[in-house]
Amino acid sequence: MSELTKKSLTEIANLIKKKEIKSEELTQSFIKNIEKDKKLNSFVTKCSESALKKAKDFDKKPKLNTLLPGIPIAVKDLFCTSGVKTTAGSKMLENFIPNYESTITNNLWNEGAFLLGKLNCDEYAMGSSNETSYFGNVMNPIAENTVPGGSSGGSSSALAADLTPATIGTDTGGSIRQPASFTGTVGLKPTYGLCSRWGIVAFASSLDQAGPMTRSVEDCALMLEAMASFDERDSTSINKKKENYSKNLTNKIKGLKIGIPKEYRVDGMSKEIDKLWENGKKILKDSGAEIVDISLPNTKYALPAYYIVAPAEASSNLARYDGVKYGFRSSKGNNLIEMYENTRSEGFGDEVKRRILIGTYVLSSGYYDAYYLKAQKVRQLIKNDFDQAFKKVDTILTPSTPSSAFKIGEKKDDPISMYLNDIFTVPVNLAGIPAISIPAGHDNNKFPLGLQLIGKPLDEQKLLNIAFAVEKKINFKQMLNRWWEK
Amino acid sequence: MSIDKDKIKHISKLARISLDAKKTESLAKDLSSIFKFIEQLNELNTDKIEPLSSILNEPLRSRKDVVNDGKIRERILENSPQKNDEFFVVPKVID
Repeated sequence: MSELTKKSLTEIANLIKKKEIKSEELTQSFIKNIEKDKKLNSFVTKCSESALKKAKDFDKKPKLNTLLPGIPIAVKDLFCTSGVKTTAGSKMLENFIPNYESTITNNLWNEGAFLLGKLNCDEYAMGSSNETSYFGNVMNPIAENTVPGGSSGGSSSALAADLTPATIGTDTGGSIRQPASFTGTVGLKPTYGLCSRWGIVAFASSLDQAGPMTRSVEDCALMLEAMASFDERDSTSINKKKENYSKNLTNKIKGLKIGIPKEYRVDGMSKEIDKLWENGKKILKDSGAEIVDISLPNTKYALPAYYIVAPAEASSNLARYDGVKYGFRSSKGNNLIEMYENTRSEGFGDEVKRRILIGTYVLSSGYYDAYYLKAQKVRQLIKNDFDQAFKKVDTILTPSTPSSAFKIGEKKDDPISMYLNDIFTVPVNLAGIPAISIPAGHDNNKFPLGLQLIGKPLDEQKLLNIAFAVEKKINFKQMLNRWWEK
Repeated sequence: MSIDKDKIKHISKLARISLDAKKTESLAKDLSSIFKFIEQLNELNTDKIEPLSSILNEPLRSRKDVVNDGKIRERILENSPQKNDEFFVVPKVID
């Protein structure tokens, strides 16, 4: 394995700027690593040839005043990429080739990066283990037969295995932060509206948000800076000035108040996670921050409310897959209705069907008030909890997940136990606020565990700064034996 | 609430997804346990709470009504499973 692929995004960007390495050399090293992806299965589409061409073009005419000069980046296969298959992990979109580019990927390319490949994910981003993808399970580089988390599981796996220097995911209920936590990487879900949703295959529009996944906090700041923009084509995009997250990154966090919500100490949580959380508190205290006990009383209702809101929006969003304008069409059926029904039956996998049916039911006549309206009211209570807490503290510290990565198949047949994985991440999406997961230690199996920092709306800089301070003191080291290359 | 097979058949018809008997049965089981979980929300009194439909405090922005693309019929048709000249083709609707 080339040493180049192990370097941080920030380092390689600087090496290219200083003309110490060429984009072609860098791209070649990643392509070499990607050739050994077979057992991980993190890529759905590899763009080696076109990436190499773009690298050579860059070297001929290097544009060095960009954030990501000449850097190849693989992205979750939920972002539409012009001329490159975009599957969303579904049979329904197995052969879909968009003829337009998502705003987020376009922003990356404008900053000098180019596409290295499309990464596996749970079907339509619905899942917490990458086991719902039509293109097969993805394995976690930390151990064979272990899930990389989900839904951005291909992203977390490829990132941890050094197959891409950084990547982007989407987070509707934890789909960036949970896989980051499972693979010992950094993942940030920005404030709702900071990163454009235009050109991302929609799951639940009031919750979906794209964000960076990286191997360090510094890299995360750089990626977020490249991604965030006001976009007229997304009606929920926030119109604000661009921020220089990477330039303004500092580990000076003296005097900040960090809240510890008692409701996140859930039954059955392992001692190791408790220890991790205590350690995080200690580090923050030692860095001059003040620890404040807080309460978010409605936390336990976040997950049940999420499982009304998200499926309801998904059932509406996924109504577009009718086998007419694009995507898969069944050859069975004698009339239009039967064609629709067979197309959707054959094109969608089990988890997607489950969620469409939940959503259809809660929105159906006679049940709307009891479920959907109720969930929206609970969503208000969740948001109020955070609003109250942020009157007292700057940021909230919690574990990212209630456990470390689990075995493939372990939770597949029990939807509720799978859903409980997102218990610490879902409230943030309902409130539309930002949160970051950073690697904070290992459990007894040497599996990584993450800590989550939750911030006020548009307070990404502060989150990154605190994460940066914690990261320096924790000094987390990946322990990979690269089993997938053997 | 428990969700029986008839209810699953009804919802799947609304959602335009055909299901065989085995799938109908397993979905009835799954959805029953999911709704049992969801119904924890009934413990909460929300009578005086306003529903939150969007976390942004402002109404959705609309852009100016101007043509900013167009002449992309060919490109749009490229992804259709079945087309004829400039039309999407679907099974016969009217006899």
